[in-house]
Amino acid sequence: MPDIRVHQFAGRIDAPNPFWLASGPTTNSGEQVMRAFDAGWGGAVWKTIGNPITNASPRYSSVDWNGMRMMGLNSIELTSDRTLEENLRELGEVKKYYPYHPIIVSLMVETKREAWHEIVQRTEDAGVDGLELNFGGPHGMDERGMGSAVGQVPEYTEKITSWVKEKARTPVLVKLSPNVTDIRAIASAARRGGADGLAAINTINSITGIDLDTLVPQPNVDGVSTPGGYAGPAVKPIALNLVQQIMSDPASALPLSGMGGISNWRDAVEFMLLGCGTVQVCTAAMHYGYRVVEDMAEGLENWMRTKGYSTLDDFRGLSLGRVADWKSLNLSYKIVAHIDEQTCIGCDLCHIACWDGGHQCIHMDRVSGPVNGQVELHDGPPTVEFRSRNSIATTPVTRQERAAAASNHGPYPTPLAKIPRVDETECTGCNLCTLVCPVDECITMVQVGDSSRAETFDQRSSGSELAVEPQR
Amino acid sequence: MSTASIPDDLLLRDRFTEIKPPLAPQAAVIEANRCLNCFDAPCTAACPTHIDVPGFIKRISTGNLRGSALRILDANILGGSCAKVCPVEVLCEGACVMHRYNSEPIQIGRLQRYAMDSFQATGEELLTAPRRSRNVQVACIGGGPASLACAAELCRHGAHAIIIERNELLGGLNTYGIAEYKLRTSDSLREADMIRRMGVEFRTGAAIETAEALEELESEFDFLFLGVGLGAMQRMNIPGEDQKGVLNALEFIASYKTGRLREMAGTVVVVGAGNTAIDAASAAHRLGAETVYLLYRRGEREMTAFDFEYEHAKHEGVQFLWRRQPYAIRTNERGRLLLDTVQVNEIDNSLLPVPNSEYVIECDYVIPAIGQSPFAQLVQELRRIELRNGIIVVDPETGQTGNSRYFAGGDCSNGGREVVDAVADGKRAARAILKIAEAAYA
Repeated sequence: MPDIRVHQFAGRIDAPNPFWLASGPTTNSGEQVMRAFDAGWGGAVWKTIGNPITNASPRYSSVDWNGMRMMGLNSIELTSDRTLEENLRELGEVKKYYPYHPIIVSLMVETKREAWHEIVQRTEDAGVDGLELNFGGPHGMDERGMGSAVGQVPEYTEKITSWVKEKARTPVLVKLSPNVTDIRAIASAARRGGADGLAAINTINSITGIDLDTLVPQPNVDGVSTPGGYAGPAVKPIALNLVQQIMSDPASALPLSGMGGISNWRDAVEFMLLGCGTVQVCTAAMHYGYRVVEDMAEGLENWMRTKGYSTLDDFRGLSLGRVADWKSLNLSYKIVAHIDEQTCIGCDLCHIACWDGGHQCIHMDRVSGPVNGQVELHDGPPTVEFRSRNSIATTPVTRQERAAAASNHGPYPTPLAKIPRVDETECTGCNLCTLVCPVDECITMVQVGDSSRAETFDQRSSGSELAVEPQR
Repeated sequence: MSTASIPDDLLLRDRFTEIKPPLAPQAAVIEANRCLNCFDAPCTAACPTHIDVPGFIKRISTGNLRGSALRILDANILGGSCAKVCPVEVLCEGACVMHRYNSEPIQIGRLQRYAMDSFQATGEELLTAPRRSRNVQVACIGGGPASLACAAELCRHGAHAIIIERNELLGGLNTYGIAEYKLRTSDSLREADMIRRMGVEFRTGAAIETAEALEELESEFDFLFLGVGLGAMQRMNIPGEDQKGVLNALEFIASYKTGRLREMAGTVVVVGAGNTAIDAASAAHRLGAETVYLLYRRGEREMTAFDFEYEHAKHEGVQFLWRRQPYAIRTNERGRLLLDTVQVNEIDNSLLPVPNSEYVIECDYVIPAIGQSPFAQLVQELRRIELRNGIIVVDPETGQTGNSRYFAGGDCSNGGREVVDAVADGKRAARAILKIAEAAYA
């Protein structure tokens, strides 16, 4: 049975599992956090406390994609609108009932040493397991000189972190904003300030869309909108990239609680493979409720079992060594697309993608006879389309006609004329076709030639050794 | 002509609830988003009018409903009725790649209807090209789908077209011959009205039955398009066929659709097993007949009706009597019909009666639905128009007959297919006529 417990994260934080609720609407009250722990969450980062604020409504807008809701979620909600006393009292109560579930408190106060000292003292007295400094909130609070207004300036980040560390007895995490030119400048500043760990990423500045009737962007607060913070599945690739940057930089790397678009165990494993010790989730729990954690924990365990990992440390950071600069890529590695005729459904999306967005080497010529090499010798998409739009089609009204139409197939489930063919002499191996193909494993990239004599751009220009061993 | 000629009959509406109800807006978007947007899509290739199916479906998913409807109408001016009456199972939806993707095909017919309904609700008129000064003049004989499509296509490109229809109402079988739960008469008339508003002139109640009438048309118009359909239903040629209670399927369907027959009772026997027979049997049941038999001289595997039509009829409660042939119709003392039938076996392509298998069905109506005989009378008058088995022979690319001024399309030249085939024929003929006219002026 794989062990998914977290040991000594950022020095001193233990947790029953690495899945923590991120600071946000899902950790706004003690009642919520207790239900979340009951559902299976391994920890919670309490919604940012400081001086209570008044929120505007509506607070959210989203990007739907292709009929699916909330591919991305934009929020203009600020920090907690409840008093410090209320938050700390509930927090202490939760700790009483759930002593083994870590509660980290997200903090944001004005940039004064005494203000930070005071809030650190009060929250730690309430019994928290760690502190997360919110230097990342992109909306609203920065206008007041807090949140990302601090997190975008390395000097402020370092200074405030060191103020907190003067006072703190529990581990201090600094939460990083992605809305910077180089996240490593901020991460390394936090490290210099004495941070015990990092949390990344915070939400990304966003305007999700504009109502084409009212011309007001969303969310529409009485006729006016304001940019918010973007989260949800859409931001995962951006978050992974920033996590990789932080963890690959010796001056920045610290124990990292990763987040940004994590919706399931697969996403979580990816963050861990890039070095995260724990992961945080918000949008997925806002969308489907706390129960999303059930599959996260089970999925992680089952994956670890399949791969033979017994603890989280067994695989943490294993993919970091598989990311390198472009100049270290093997330019001799040659692959071509291969279409499996048995599973091709004949949508021809690879054909049009290759002609319009690729390198014009997937053709509709299985019936007329393959011609390799010359693009000009092939019928382009307009000709293919013109031919079928000008063909004469009739309804098969008799039994014989219907039988004839059904039998007109050839050796594969899809009529041969509708199965595209890859001209391997021209294929660049770009793999766009595998991405547009709706059928799993129908188009695969097959290695051709011998890539054992690897050559990188770096070697071409300097003659040095290969940085990453090519995968076989 | 106006759509007010046949008021919506609430009783009829109640009895003939639509078998394919409209999609709700969000359901339409969800369905539209399932479409893979194939390139050179097989649905488009399978459609006789080559509607850009992925094109109109993607427009639904983005909320560009006007663009979606215009995309449909661009290829098929009767896109509204085709959305409801097309046997999509053997056309676009049958060709959908989703069948090979372990999934149900996209509901193309219902999406097409969604786009067309929303366009019709706006009441927007279709734009036509400005009439050219030396425009070509075309008379379309017969007011069904083929002529409507031909005339509309001509009109859109600045030509002048009229339609001559012997009935009071336009639309042909779309108006008089399609089961009410698929297409309502008012929908067909509204579609014809849209084409009239495009500038097509309608002459109704005008039959062309003599050589003189044709010669007159020839002098008035540059080209003639024959969209005359098939003739009367074939007779069974058995004794007693002409008595009260025996009416052919098309006559029966037209009667209930135009409000002349609103109720039935007792037992109905439909003779034949094509799609029209199914329509008639289902309609008889919905009009109140307690027992409906469908009598067919061959077996289940030989019936020409589409599989989904057969399934539909079974769900409606129609009972099928296979390998049985009627040979006489009599009446009993209570005035009911007695249909004499006999079991037959097919041996070497001929049907032989089985001895001692005679059986009398006591019933109230007999509805023969055994195909339409080709309408040839009119064109037999004309020289140089070749017929084969009573069907007008045309060049499949253009619809042109042996007489270069005459074109033909729809059932009279394709032998009896679907509405969408008639539209495709009419459109091809119109394009060929425009091409000839253009070449002549140039």
